[in-house]
Amino acid sequence: MTYGTAQTDKGIKAVKRHKLGRYQAIMGYLFIAPSVVLYIIFTGIPIISAFYLSFTNYDVLSTAKWVGLKNYKKLLDDEIFITSLLNILFYVVMYVPLMVVCSLLIALLLNRKLPGTNLFRTIYYIPGLTSSIAAATVWMWILNPEYGLLNQILSYVGITGPAWLANTSTAMISIVIVTLWQGIGGNMVIYMAGLQGIPATLYESAKLDGANKWQLFFYITLPGLRPTTFFIFIMSMIGSFQLFDQAFAMTQGGPGYATTTPVYLIYNEGFNQLNMGYASAMAFALFVIILVFSIINFRLNSSEQEE
Amino acid sequence: MHRESVGKKYMEGILYYILLIPVAIIMILPFYWSLITSFKYNEDIFAIPIIWIPNRITLQHYIDAFTTVPYARYFANSFYLASLGVISNLFFGSLGGYAFAKLRFKGRNLIFRILLSSFMVPGIVTMIPQFLVVKNFPLVGGNDILGKGGTGLLNTYWAIVLPGAAGAFAVFFMRQFFVTLPTELAEASRIEGAGEFRIFWSIYMPLTKPALAALAIFTFQAGWNNFLWPMIVLNDPQKATIQMGLQAFSYNRNTEYGAMMAGSLIAIIPILVLFVFAQKYFIKGIAFSGMKV
Repeated sequence: MTYGTAQTDKGIKAVKRHKLGRYQAIMGYLFIAPSVVLYIIFTGIPIISAFYLSFTNYDVLSTAKWVGLKNYKKLLDDEIFITSLLNILFYVVMYVPLMVVCSLLIALLLNRKLPGTNLFRTIYYIPGLTSSIAAATVWMWILNPEYGLLNQILSYVGITGPAWLANTSTAMISIVIVTLWQGIGGNMVIYMAGLQGIPATLYESAKLDGANKWQLFFYITLPGLRPTTFFIFIMSMIGSFQLFDQAFAMTQGGPGYATTTPVYLIYNEGFNQLNMGYASAMAFALFVIILVFSIINFRLNSSEQEE
Repeated sequence: MHRESVGKKYMEGILYYILLIPVAIIMILPFYWSLITSFKYNEDIFAIPIIWIPNRITLQHYIDAFTTVPYARYFANSFYLASLGVISNLFFGSLGGYAFAKLRFKGRNLIFRILLSSFMVPGIVTMIPQFLVVKNFPLVGGNDILGKGGTGLLNTYWAIVLPGAAGAFAVFFMRQFFVTLPTELAEASRIEGAGEFRIFWSIYMPLTKPALAALAIFTFQAGWNNFLWPMIVLNDPQKATIQMGLQAFSYNRNTEYGAMMAGSLIAIIPILVLFVFAQKYFIKGIAFSGMKV
């Protein structure tokens, strides 16, 4: 008798738990519904349709017609597109390594507890608070060839600075400088968090074994920071391949095509010329390039870790 | 021996500042330079050599910035848009993040992974179709049910708020925080018969204040500084954001450096003020984004 009651009790509990579980699942779906629905509408569908669009001649005014690989073939002969790719490669090759090295060096310096460390950290971080447009505007004035801050300071030491933004050879370098100025603070903070994550015991035991400072750096700090470096490297790279704001605000892609970046071209082609099919093909080509570079990075990173 | 190491320490300290101070100057000088320019008379702006400490100042450039273009309006527009972004991301991000961390349902991990994968897709790839989605949004802006005939959400703030209302980053960020909170809290309330939303809202949400603060700042800054997307979907000058206004101003009046600097500083001020009051949350937010990959 008692045995039987226990059985039914268990049964009721199981049913109740099942009901509770179902209620919880329903609430779970409801809770994620806003994010998922918006994701489908504004990310999921666009990714698929971007791919489709790149095979059409869609121009907003008429209906899209399938043109096969025509857009992609056109890309290979599009000198301006090739130029924009070379421009952005130049930018990435300059910007990313400089960003990694500078933010690492600064983070290492600030990782010691000396008076003023917090103040320095704050100062280095402040440029990162500015918007790309405000920074671009301020730097347009700093880089003014006659009255700008940079060339005036250079003239103190007898150097005649170039017309930074009007010169094809210095325009992109100027953008590298501006974006470095803006970006170092944020990555410095990420590096500092990474440094905090390296166990102090590692350093202590290495010191006991008689390791010197350089050995500590090369055998503990750098390997300990590898995930951080990888993260900063890959995020800076993905971001810098999509350079737009500064190239748009400071130089309008010029002089000539010296700072025309792929995103600038996509914006222009898609929203000014309304060649959305062709612009989508450009966007996908850029996506593939970014992807290839990311995969190479992942590979290099994992093979280094295996060593 | 002892004296030698003290001397070495001392030298190191000096070297430390010799390295740090010039970098600090590079970082801060552009602000000082734009600040003094914004208060100088035009003749002083174009003086050679540089007048480092102006002996007379004017507010004319600030007046120009607000009167030649509706800069106050742009400021208010951006503030409104960034604030809406914060509110919606905090709410939907927490709601979704909580569900992914604490509720059990089929497909939870798979859906979460799909959401996360959007980080890998560069924004530029989805920009054009996103524009088309906005333009062809059914039943608004003169569109029929198939999204044809009108302009959809273009030129409305929905075009900016809606696509980013529940960003994958907000969901991810909040999930990582909820995961660290104990599950027993929910189980105890469930036994007492509390509903799931109440458990989320009155038990877990009050515990997430530091995470919410960091996310709020992160979202506000992103919204405030956003440029390309608003420029694409808005063409009514009355609706323009501050970044659009500043860019147009410096493009059209590219020799009026005083007003350009005044405009730039005004465009930076809200974030600077936020930073002064909530520095640790800025640092937390950005350090977090680096730690979790």
